[in-house]
Amino acid sequence: MKEELFISGRDIPNIDPFLNIWHWQIPIYLFLGGLAAGILFFAGLFYVLGKEKEMATTVKWAPFVVPIALVLGLIALFLDLKHQLFFWRLYTTIRMESPMSWGAWTLMVITPLSMIWVATYLKEAFPKWSWRFNFIEQIIDFFTKKRKEMAWVMMLLAIILGVYTGILLSAFNARPLWNTSILGPLFLVSGLSTGLAAIIWMSKSKIERRILSRIDILLIAVELFLIVHLFMGFLAASTVQIEAAELFLGGQFTVTFWVFVVILGLIFPAVLEILELNGYHIPVWIPAFLILFGGLVFRFVMVEAGQITRYLY
Amino acid sequence: MRYAMAIDTKKCVGCSDCVVACQTENNVPHGYCRDWIVENVNGSYPNVEIELRSERCNHCENAPCVRCCPTGASHIVEGGIVMVTHNECIGCGACIQSCPYDARYSHPEGYVDKCTFCQHRLQKGQNPACVDVCPTKCLYFGDIEDPYSDVSLALKNRTWKVLAPEAGTKPQLYFLT
Repeated sequence: MKEELFISGRDIPNIDPFLNIWHWQIPIYLFLGGLAAGILFFAGLFYVLGKEKEMATTVKWAPFVVPIALVLGLIALFLDLKHQLFFWRLYTTIRMESPMSWGAWTLMVITPLSMIWVATYLKEAFPKWSWRFNFIEQIIDFFTKKRKEMAWVMMLLAIILGVYTGILLSAFNARPLWNTSILGPLFLVSGLSTGLAAIIWMSKSKIERRILSRIDILLIAVELFLIVHLFMGFLAASTVQIEAAELFLGGQFTVTFWVFVVILGLIFPAVLEILELNGYHIPVWIPAFLILFGGLVFRFVMVEAGQITRYLY
Repeated sequence: MRYAMAIDTKKCVGCSDCVVACQTENNVPHGYCRDWIVENVNGSYPNVEIELRSERCNHCENAPCVRCCPTGASHIVEGGIVMVTHNECIGCGACIQSCPYDARYSHPEGYVDKCTFCQHRLQKGQNPACVDVCPTKCLYFGDIEDPYSDVSLALKNRTWKVLAPEAGTKPQLYFLT
């Protein structure tokens, strides 16, 4: 039987006919947040493992990108708000049930932490650097001695930040495409992988790149595995989720997702990295760029497609 | 006490009086609405069936919009009414994303706005504007925990449904079928 649904006289901006309340700001932030989480996690990890010297780019230099990425991400988030003068309301309360509240507080801690981490390495990067004031010098000295503790906190917060970028979406049960618990791990792994790609791009040490490439290949494999599970889960679920999956299996997002995210953003760079490990010379920026670009497209597609999916009643 | 509304889909003619009454009562900006009419057409002529529904916020018992609000601007007040405090709302859009009924919208002034069951009228002992204005008297409102309220009596001898119960929100709009 043919069934049609009309909503008469309703044409609310950004709600009808399809929800489109989140624009470019959210995927940009999800990407930068994931990237920052990835870099900070590996910086903390290799510091704790005592590889500060061998993995200098990972521990010391790549984190210089993080405060920039996080601040740009925060600006994007701020631009997304429609009632901007009230943004401080986020920090007058902690709401355990709201992922966005968690995320806001995590960012509040991890952004300054990443800045302090970078500050402790500033003198190594720029030998002529001076903090000018004695008390700043003392504060930085204090944190330089506490790097190990900071590394542990950084790893923990990086995981929360990475998972949060996915949970932010998966908490919305009204959007069937997002409403799957696998989105948290998927965004975390994707964020770690983009973080690694950025570090590999920056690193000049062949040994460091080899170690990082191996981890990256593993992460890409896990990510592909999670993507397969994502769709298996959808296809075995209720009508609304089957319809959500169909957007990617023949629907309007099929080409963007499978070509730019899965093939060019995951499989192809993984193959290039494997070839590189086996002695072929491949310019390092190619797989790194593809992974970063794939990660960005992935977030745009998920945010855009998720808003189209809905309950039909 | 638990406020709820019943909508008689057999009596509703889809005139949109409830929509206009709400827009007037609540100063809803032009181009927006807090309630709306859905025409659900099944089949094709001559074997056709039309269900008309006057829809609005479901004031869910398990409200996802309240759960995901990062500032607590969305909250539940006495009687189970879901409200938004304008000067606590940051306009992040999380509640709009979380609503399976798309009952919320972003007010041009920035905050998120939605049906309040005309709480300002309830405090004066009046019904919501949409209920009072309905020319076919197809909207019933009241305390669903009181067996003699308008809404309880309307539900008593009729079959009814709620929208998207599978979303797990425990909605409080009952559609008489």
